[in-house]
Amino acid sequence: MKLLGPDDDRNDRVLTRKAVLSILAGSLVTLIPVVASVPFLPPFGLLMFLGWRLLRPGALTVWAAAPLGLFDDLVSGQPLGSAVLMWQICSLMLDLVDTRLVTRDFWQDWVLAGGSVALCLVAGRVFASSLSAQVDAALVFQIVVSVALFPLATRLCTALAGHEDE
Amino acid sequence: MAPPRNHRPGFSRRAQYTVFAGYVLAASGALVGAILLLISIIDPRAFAVFRSAMREATTPISAGLDWAWDGVSSVPRGIGDYFGAVGENRQLRAREAATRRYLMQARTLNRENARLRTLLALRDRSASPVVAARLVNSSASSTRRYATLNAGSAQGVLRGQPVRGPDGLIGRIVETSPNTASVLLILDPESIVPVRRTRDGLSAIVAGLGNGQVEVRTAGVVNAPLLAGDVFVTSGTGGIYPPGVPVARVSRSQRDVAPARVFAEPDALDFALVERAFLQPPVPRPTPTATPSPKPATE
Repeated sequence: MKLLGPDDDRNDRVLTRKAVLSILAGSLVTLIPVVASVPFLPPFGLLMFLGWRLLRPGALTVWAAAPLGLFDDLVSGQPLGSAVLMWQICSLMLDLVDTRLVTRDFWQDWVLAGGSVALCLVAGRVFASSLSAQVDAALVFQIVVSVALFPLATRLCTALAGHEDE
Repeated sequence: MAPPRNHRPGFSRRAQYTVFAGYVLAASGALVGAILLLISIIDPRAFAVFRSAMREATTPISAGLDWAWDGVSSVPRGIGDYFGAVGENRQLRAREAATRRYLMQARTLNRENARLRTLLALRDRSASPVVAARLVNSSASSTRRYATLNAGSAQGVLRGQPVRGPDGLIGRIVETSPNTASVLLILDPESIVPVRRTRDGLSAIVAGLGNGQVEVRTAGVVNAPLLAGDVFVTSGTGGIYPPGVPVARVSRSQRDVAPARVFAEPDALDFALVERAFLQPPVPRPTPTATPSPKPATE
């Protein structure tokens, strides 16, 4: 991308900044003034991250998942490191998928995002609470809501990214 | 969908190295994540400093949202109050007449109680709260149940202090920063509260389940029947929670272990009172030195 000239470089930087800020804002949704008795809120930071990663792979480098996950851990209440690890694993897995599927349609994106969200949430539950905790029903509900909300995240990403520039 | 642009960097050595370095960084990011996770599972308090700093920065946002939401949600209530004032007035008058008798009775009992207490020379522990503050947000996307309190060590809040609401016990402080604190709710799967039954003093523990309910487990007595409607209050065992705070009510009759609902429903929480820990934490014993220090009497 550096080879394409200074103007293109600047556009990329703006896109990256938008992506990072929107993912951080997604993580901060947990600041809503509600004291929850069950985990009802979908992981908006992760949804935004997957949206950007699948829609505009060039906006974020492959290692950006770890620092973004660290920020999410600091505000989510999960043990520190769980999002760092899981977001980075998702990012690497999606890169692997990219080498196999050169072009994807929206349904494939949705399946990939749904799988990643489910993986992250289940792993986060295993890391955070003992296996005897009865949070699994709430967890399934949370996964369903998150998967259903993924199209919204992609719409948000497209709106932020502006018109296609290819 | 746009194919990724940087996967095949072409023949440029520099571009190839950049992509390779990206993957090396990504792999080390995952490794660092795994190490951090391991540390925080072994010692949950390990990164409290970073979390506290973040909480300190973000809690004003939450408090502002809380305030704005309160303002918005009070508008319909205000309209309803305006039109319902006459009916409510009539109702309140009727209730006042009905409760006057109980008020007189309660005053008499109060006086008698005070007299008897003086006779017994009971020394009551002063139950003055440390601070009253709002719970402004919570870990709504996590399976753990933490809430953020809008007061911290600058207001005298210390780790381990119990937090209660007007209806019952809420939880205890687990982390503090100058102006905020993190509260572990009694609904959390890791929370355990020693309790006793109000009607016969049967001792038990209330453990959080993580699904918005708690579980009452009897301690010591085998095959003890727990009936729906049994009320459990804190027993004071363990020294964190002061005795006599309502905790939970059993929702289904069972033996030994029964599901229960807490009195302080988190979604209805408004103000929370932080109280002093029932027993002060023990003073650390001075480390023994090789030569005994001279006694003050000999000097």
